[in-house]
Amino acid sequence: MDQITLNHGSGGRATQDLIQEIFIEEFDNDILKKKEDSAVLDTGEREKVFTTDSYVIRPVFFPGGNLGKLSLTGTMNDLAVMGAKPKWISCGVIIREGYKISDLKKIVHSMAETAKNQDVKVVTGDTKVVEQSSCDGIFINTSGIGRLLKEAKHSDKSIETGDIVLVNGYIGDHAAALISARQDFKINIDINSDCVSLYPLIKELVNNIKGVKFIRDITRGGLATILNEIVQNKEAGIELEKNKIPIRDKVVGLCEPLGYNPLYFANEGKFALIVKPEEAQRALKIMQQHPLGKNSAIIGQVKKEPEGEVSLRTEIGSTRIIGMLDKEIIPRIC
Amino acid sequence: MKYVDEFRDADIVSKLEKKININNVGKKINLMEVCGGHTHAIYKYGLQEILPDEINLLSGPGCPVCVTPQEYIDKAIVLAQKEDLIITSFGDMLKVPGSRSSLKKEKSRGHSIKICYSPDEAIRTAVENRKKEIVFLGIGFETTAPSIAQTIKKAREEKINNFSVLPASKTMPEAMEALLQSEEVAIDGFICPGHVSTITGSTIYNFIPEEYNIPCVISGFEPVDILESINKLIKQINKEESKVENQYIRSVKIKGNKKAKAIMYTVFTKSDSKWRGLGTIPESGLQISEEFKEYNAENRFDISVPKPDKSDECICGAIMRGVQSPQDCSLFKTSCTPKSPVGPCMVSSEGPCAAFYKYQVS
Repeated sequence: MDQITLNHGSGGRATQDLIQEIFIEEFDNDILKKKEDSAVLDTGEREKVFTTDSYVIRPVFFPGGNLGKLSLTGTMNDLAVMGAKPKWISCGVIIREGYKISDLKKIVHSMAETAKNQDVKVVTGDTKVVEQSSCDGIFINTSGIGRLLKEAKHSDKSIETGDIVLVNGYIGDHAAALISARQDFKINIDINSDCVSLYPLIKELVNNIKGVKFIRDITRGGLATILNEIVQNKEAGIELEKNKIPIRDKVVGLCEPLGYNPLYFANEGKFALIVKPEEAQRALKIMQQHPLGKNSAIIGQVKKEPEGEVSLRTEIGSTRIIGMLDKEIIPRIC
Repeated sequence: MKYVDEFRDADIVSKLEKKININNVGKKINLMEVCGGHTHAIYKYGLQEILPDEINLLSGPGCPVCVTPQEYIDKAIVLAQKEDLIITSFGDMLKVPGSRSSLKKEKSRGHSIKICYSPDEAIRTAVENRKKEIVFLGIGFETTAPSIAQTIKKAREEKINNFSVLPASKTMPEAMEALLQSEEVAIDGFICPGHVSTITGSTIYNFIPEEYNIPCVISGFEPVDILESINKLIKQINKEESKVENQYIRSVKIKGNKKAKAIMYTVFTKSDSKWRGLGTIPESGLQISEEFKEYNAENRFDISVPKPDKSDECICGAIMRGVQSPQDCSLFKTSCTPKSPVGPCMVSSEGPCAAFYKYQVS
């Protein structure tokens, strides 16, 4: 059998076999193997963090990752930016009948590999098979529970004028890799998605820098949108320096003819960090010495004005406001 | 990055800024950037902010989506509602409100509307869907007209009989002349469109200095390009000269792109054309010629639409004539935003309202 059929979603033997052969064997952990209706978690005393996200990315396989890897790193990163160690993940998969089992295996294998590398367990799951017309391939939902680190005390409420904004490397690689992979423009650029679990670097920062005010992963909407979310309704704004934001030449090269702005590009392995000014250099050093932050940079500062907005000092020295992403990214006509 | 960094260099910008000498002019100077790409760059880099107060930049009618009349959108919607027909279009067109709906709304109602990144993609859609009719919304200026013409030619050569174009291509010089003839706004100089000129060549503006004594500079789209062009215009104004200069020499040649022009005029012929905000301008459009008439969606389908009701409040028309600015509009940022645009100037990234909204200078 090389394709998913509706029988795989019937709840009968075919379903059992699929779950056993593909999911339980790959995820391979004591909790899942009990095959109970719910996972029993020994959560200890520390506070827990809980999140969920659904993954519908196209193409499913892209340079630097696939839907499976992303469905783990995305949820793990949502936990990590809160200062939590990702511990347990649930996995809900919706598959279209006719989907290639070999592709499903690759996706689940990536999930398992990502979990194992980060000492995370996929402890519960669900599989549904739907008719051709209901889904164009495969969707995954993952929820995650993490254990808050003792030192994690950051909150955007503590952000104040003078604080420094950092980023852990090149912006826009993920969106650029997808645009290239989708072949809408027949532009081939040799670039990989930055899809990765950020916890190891965030742990270093949270454990060593007392002045961490805020961490957020820069996903959909890009750097511009998440920084806007931070300062919205605050009596402070953020000023970014265009020349200091790390963006690869090849990403700029992709954006220029299409009229895209990489500040609105999604990332899957980047976060923005806001720290007290006196600790900015030490934070930068920790980041640059870590494999997940080699190209980190200080990109801006929290300023009194413009209140509630993000401004950008352009390459030519003028200043302008950069708002949230307010419409889908489409290329200009000419 | 080469061809980018040097045109956004802060030192060069600062030198150009100092060079622009308005001392001898002694009055307010209105310079019109005709192209939406220039409007976008001017707002993006806050160029108005660094220019002397005496220089006033006006946006012109060079945003292809903005000048497309409402009836055209209404016709596209009638087509979209037909069975077994796929509308293919540049993405910006989807949000433009017609008189009763928009293509985006029709898409969410289940009608087949596909965003294309080039006319070539539309023809590929036709090949992949032989049992359906594919209509491409052929808007834009001399920049996009050659590639639209090329697809029509290709459709004939490869016998792709389920493909047609709803034509609305326009040409720039006639619109510039219409603005000058209306005398609604005193224009002291034109920053002429660089992409259009790349196709047409630099001589199409000669009538402007010759007949109207107004200086023209064809400009590139980076901050250094635009400031250099403004400097050239001010120099001409200071010397009381008027001629066409080409700042965008790395792209624009005197005779333009001969091959593109030849394809364009094989398929299209000049015709009168209706511009949103400017009305019907003689000889300002490109109609599909008699020889290729079966590729004209107007001939192929019954698409009569009632005359649209006029919105009283939206001032997109006046903005495109350079008479008013986005902030003069009572709808700007209140009921008209990029998320829910009332007029086309808020839809396209090249529209003055969208650019002003997005890059509001602090």
